[in-house]
Amino acid sequence: MESLLTRYKNALTLIAVLLVQIILLATQVRTETGAVEGRSMPLVRWWAVSLISPFEKLFTHSGHGISVQWEKYFWLRHLRQQNEELQAEVNRLRLEQASLAEDARQGQRLQALLSFQETYIYKTVPAQVIGTSASDQSRVLYLDKGYQDGLKPDMPVITPNGVVGKLHEVFRHTSQVLLINDQTSGAGVILEQTRLRGILRGNSIGRTQIVNVLPDSRIKTGEHVLTSGGDQVWPRGLMVGEVESVAADPDHLNYIAIAIKPAVDLARLDEVLVITDSQSQLSPGAQQDIAASQATAAEMRRASDVVAERLPGLKDQNGTAGTSPSQDPNTQTPPPAIAPPPVRPSTPVHTDRYSYGTTPSASDLTPGGKQAQSSTAPPDPSPNPDSTTEKH
Amino acid sequence: MAVRSYNSRREVEQYNFHPTVTLLVPLAAILLQSYLPRLFWGFTYLDLPVIVVVFFSVARRNPIIGTITGALIGLLQDALTAQSIGINGIAKSVVGYLAASIGVRVDVENTLTRVLMSFGFTLLNSLLYFFVQERILGMAVHWPFVHDLLRSLVTAVVAVPLFAILDLTKRRE
Repeated sequence: MESLLTRYKNALTLIAVLLVQIILLATQVRTETGAVEGRSMPLVRWWAVSLISPFEKLFTHSGHGISVQWEKYFWLRHLRQQNEELQAEVNRLRLEQASLAEDARQGQRLQALLSFQETYIYKTVPAQVIGTSASDQSRVLYLDKGYQDGLKPDMPVITPNGVVGKLHEVFRHTSQVLLINDQTSGAGVILEQTRLRGILRGNSIGRTQIVNVLPDSRIKTGEHVLTSGGDQVWPRGLMVGEVESVAADPDHLNYIAIAIKPAVDLARLDEVLVITDSQSQLSPGAQQDIAASQATAAEMRRASDVVAERLPGLKDQNGTAGTSPSQDPNTQTPPPAIAPPPVRPSTPVHTDRYSYGTTPSASDLTPGGKQAQSSTAPPDPSPNPDSTTEKH
Repeated sequence: MAVRSYNSRREVEQYNFHPTVTLLVPLAAILLQSYLPRLFWGFTYLDLPVIVVVFFSVARRNPIIGTITGALIGLLQDALTAQSIGINGIAKSVVGYLAASIGVRVDVENTLTRVLMSFGFTLLNSLLYFFVQERILGMAVHWPFVHDLLRSLVTAVVAVPLFAILDLTKRRE
């Protein structure tokens, strides 16, 4: 027996090590599916992250610090021009925001009628990406913020361009983000035009796709994909990406798989925003921003009204605006040119021979003849030689 | 008691490493594997932990130590993922065991052997990873064969200079 163990000790060691790990796997599978509320975490994971993440933070922050110093204090080319361009863009976006806010209010009124509870992003925490999973099969990122900064598992992670993923494990000063292209990830999405709903998943090579969708000829490449809000993780309407291709699902007969190109470059992320709070009202900051936009828009409207007042030729005094051709999109007739109305002076209080309407027409006058006394008040401003002149 | 000649490959070419190297090299490999893909996406086609497992297993030529080295590095790698801990551990345990077993029988100092070993073990690691995911955990996954083939090629190419650097840390027993 002893010689047998000695002879096969290598193979037996391998079997023992594999067995221990298989038992470890089995334990985790049972624990993870049964302990959603408790959010238990394998001790090995906690040890590993505590060991690796300080070095990742050190590398990231030292590299980031150097690049920030360089960009802030040394590399300032085109800064003024860029600033002016950004200012112009802010002004343009303010006007757009004002018009969109009006639409949003109308939408809210309609939603209120349907008792629909809309949620807005109320508070976000910016975080820096410090590392990845060290495995090609698992698409995760590590952030430099943890539960000390108010982060919790399942909080959505975004960038201004779109959805990134959600928090999976949260440590004291670090957190793990499960990207939307991981094969264990899932997000409720909706196609913007066709309004088809589905679940976005990643595959083994990090591509994102919507699976289990019935064939629909309306789905076209380039169509935007948004979060549907149905998964209770991401707020509704966030940009996810666009349809890249539509093909038959190899795993499910009669279904199609829609390949999605994410709006965010998931391989090149430096900074992200973690949504820590979403409520049914806009944040005070957002409300102030909209108010400022509306004030700007109102000011511009007043300015345009003043200009319109000073240009009477642009006004339709007959009130025929309601019959503009824009009401009927099918009519191909060009819009009629607005003729400027004749300029007429107001009625004088005391008329004299120079007053409007008192001068007889040239055909009624005779050379050397005496001009007749005009009537005291020409009642009609329109020239009527018969009533205002006397023949001699 | 087994009689072993003084000139057998095992007697002549078995190496060990300073404890610092044993500890720091795997840690550095995992740290770099975690950090570098952020800077350049091409690093996702590289598997530094596999190179380290193969190197230590082959150099020590002890299947037990190879198995344990592979298990520990794999478990550490698993701990940084969002998946169950043990998938990489199982795959790399087998890789470590086989690499150490092969190291006894073939000349592992040869460059071509090193390229072939790195390529084969990286591909085997991917296959075992997929096997554990699909058969043991019951996950609905596909083996990205082409992707893993490319990954094995890149890893094999990078392994040659890396092995040469790591050779400097060897100590003859």
